[in-house]
Amino acid sequence: MRLRFLAAALASVSFTSLASATDLEVTHWWTSGGEAAAVAEFAKAFDATGNKWVDGAIAGGGNTARPVFISRITGGDPMGATQFNHGRQAEELVEAGLMRDFTELAEKEGWKNFIRPVSLLDGCTKDGKIYCVPINIHSWQWLWLSHKAFEDAGVPVPKNWDEFVAAAPALEKAGKTPLAIGGQPWQRTGVFNVLIPAIAGKDVFLKVYQDKDETVAAGPEIAKVFKAADDARRMAAKSNVQDWNQATNLVITGQAGGQIMGDWAQGEFQVAGQVAGKDYSCLPGLGVNELISVGGDAFYFPIMKDEAKAKAQEALASVMLSPATQVAFNLKKGSVPVRGDVDLAAANDCMKKGLDILAKDNTIPDPPRLNTEDTNNQLNDLFVAFFATPSMTPEEAQKRYAEIIANAD
Amino acid sequence: MATDASRRPNSLFRNLNAKIASIPMIFTALVVFVGGTIWTVVYSFTNSRLLPRLNFVGLDQYERLWTTPRWIASIQNLLIYGTLSLIFSLLIGFLLAALLDQKIRFENTFRTIILYPFALSFIVTGLVWQWLLNPDFGVQHFVRSLGWETFTFNPLYDQSIVIYGILIAGLWQGTGLVMCLMLAGLRGIDEDIWKAARVDGIPMWKTYLFIVIPMMRPVFVTTLVIIASGIVRIYDLVVAQTSGGPGFASEVPAKYVYDYMFSAQNLGQGFAASTMMLLTVMIVVVPWAYLEFGGRNKRG
Repeated sequence: MRLRFLAAALASVSFTSLASATDLEVTHWWTSGGEAAAVAEFAKAFDATGNKWVDGAIAGGGNTARPVFISRITGGDPMGATQFNHGRQAEELVEAGLMRDFTELAEKEGWKNFIRPVSLLDGCTKDGKIYCVPINIHSWQWLWLSHKAFEDAGVPVPKNWDEFVAAAPALEKAGKTPLAIGGQPWQRTGVFNVLIPAIAGKDVFLKVYQDKDETVAAGPEIAKVFKAADDARRMAAKSNVQDWNQATNLVITGQAGGQIMGDWAQGEFQVAGQVAGKDYSCLPGLGVNELISVGGDAFYFPIMKDEAKAKAQEALASVMLSPATQVAFNLKKGSVPVRGDVDLAAANDCMKKGLDILAKDNTIPDPPRLNTEDTNNQLNDLFVAFFATPSMTPEEAQKRYAEIIANAD
Repeated sequence: MATDASRRPNSLFRNLNAKIASIPMIFTALVVFVGGTIWTVVYSFTNSRLLPRLNFVGLDQYERLWTTPRWIASIQNLLIYGTLSLIFSLLIGFLLAALLDQKIRFENTFRTIILYPFALSFIVTGLVWQWLLNPDFGVQHFVRSLGWETFTFNPLYDQSIVIYGILIAGLWQGTGLVMCLMLAGLRGIDEDIWKAARVDGIPMWKTYLFIVIPMMRPVFVTTLVIIASGIVRIYDLVVAQTSGGPGFASEVPAKYVYDYMFSAQNLGQGFAASTMMLLTVMIVVVPWAYLEFGGRNKRG
């Protein structure tokens, strides 16, 4: 009797779990405070559709997370959806037919009509088919400055890169690290990639990364950039943190003067309760050349055999692009929504600056969209060595840089 | 006639049980090791990126490999680490074993203490030594707090000596095992040899150097193989201690292979690097194996 009762109970349990939500595992590398708060918005919105978001966060940044994603997808154990930076990171997975084609859904919902700038969707398109969902616009070209650090040092908050370099000795005298750069390789390369358009301009940037022009890479314009990188290296000599958010934290607490980091740093300032313009300043394009790159994160959906999961993938894709989720997510993340038609009254000072530049279309493509991961890795190797080796001259580094660009495809 | 046949059966069916039992291992060795090796070498001549593709590009990957500063630095580090690790772990291991062999009290206790680090994985070893060598918490901090304010010892943050910081951790972890192997070898030496040497009035160090060590040759060979294979595949210790830094001052070949295969999505480059690692091992092992085993056949 009791046994039969138990069996009935078990049956009802398994029945309910069958009938209810579909679990969909979503993998990403968002683990800092601001990022986690943002991704929780996605989870909330997705759970509201009657499905269940299973969080698969991998700590340690994209370089650690991407190999895990890729080996799971190629190894036949795909997750429901996964983050990549749109561009060439998932290029071959798409070519190999491992990713789901979302053209149908995109046409039904009219993604082309509201995703701005259009180039974002181009980054997801391969042979006329759409393979990913862009969810935010991130730009790298920001210099974050701590008002407290400059006050303590008794110098005014700089308005551009040159003033910042000039203020470095005063900061050092006050016991501050002038420039905080985390130890992870991508952060060092990032700093350099930001310096190129700021110091040498948009054309040089495009010639080097889009056309892979090695004579420009070895030329006098890039030499100036390496000079600036040399300054940055000197200013960051005492910066001994690893993760980018630890470096941002040095700026938030006023231990460091500034940090060159993408607008995702904004999420950290927000979590810490800081106010743009009062506690910290942001200088797009390092205050020299006001342009920003258009890159960011996108979600890719590996092909899944399970019918219910495929349905849930579609639900997730449309939820991620819905106006309400876009605003909620991006405000927490510090990025700009991909929809041109949403209300951003809640945007703060820095975000408005970004939107302004975006409206003027002063944009450049993000390096990951132009370079393969292979090239990015080689650049990482170079800049890790450059920033850690004071005896490596800018000339030596530039020679190697030109070699990498010459071999890139 | 019949008895003759039963005495000399077909050699294929001799010890049939043993042969059947070893089929899985033979299969594994052929398919996984040899097959995988050949596959890797073949694909190292292609321009495979994220997924393996048979698009041959000749020696391009190798040319690129040997013009990459990081790979050159990795090879140099491996040479330094390998040579010193081999010498010091054999030397220290043998000395410890010889000391323990003096019929001391609490031998078991000492043996356990010295072997204990070997029970830890390289990751744990690496983290422990990262803290110990960290100038803000570790040895330097401790000595400075004792009063020597200018004492400086931060190998992990100095490019020119970082590889020695890793060597210290590697030796700490591995020497215990070498000691145990050596101790077993020493115990295998017949007591009578010692007595004979003593009767002849040969000093102890001479007995060790000229009689005992030559007799322990097989133990040394085994130890050498174990240490050498550990050296070539060193990866986790570096990742845990320095992640290859500062700069790429402590990079090692295995880490280059991993980074290019998975993080840089360039399988061809990773395969070329791993083929070079295999080649390096072969250059050392093949002549040695030829001398060791080829010679014995001739004697036999």
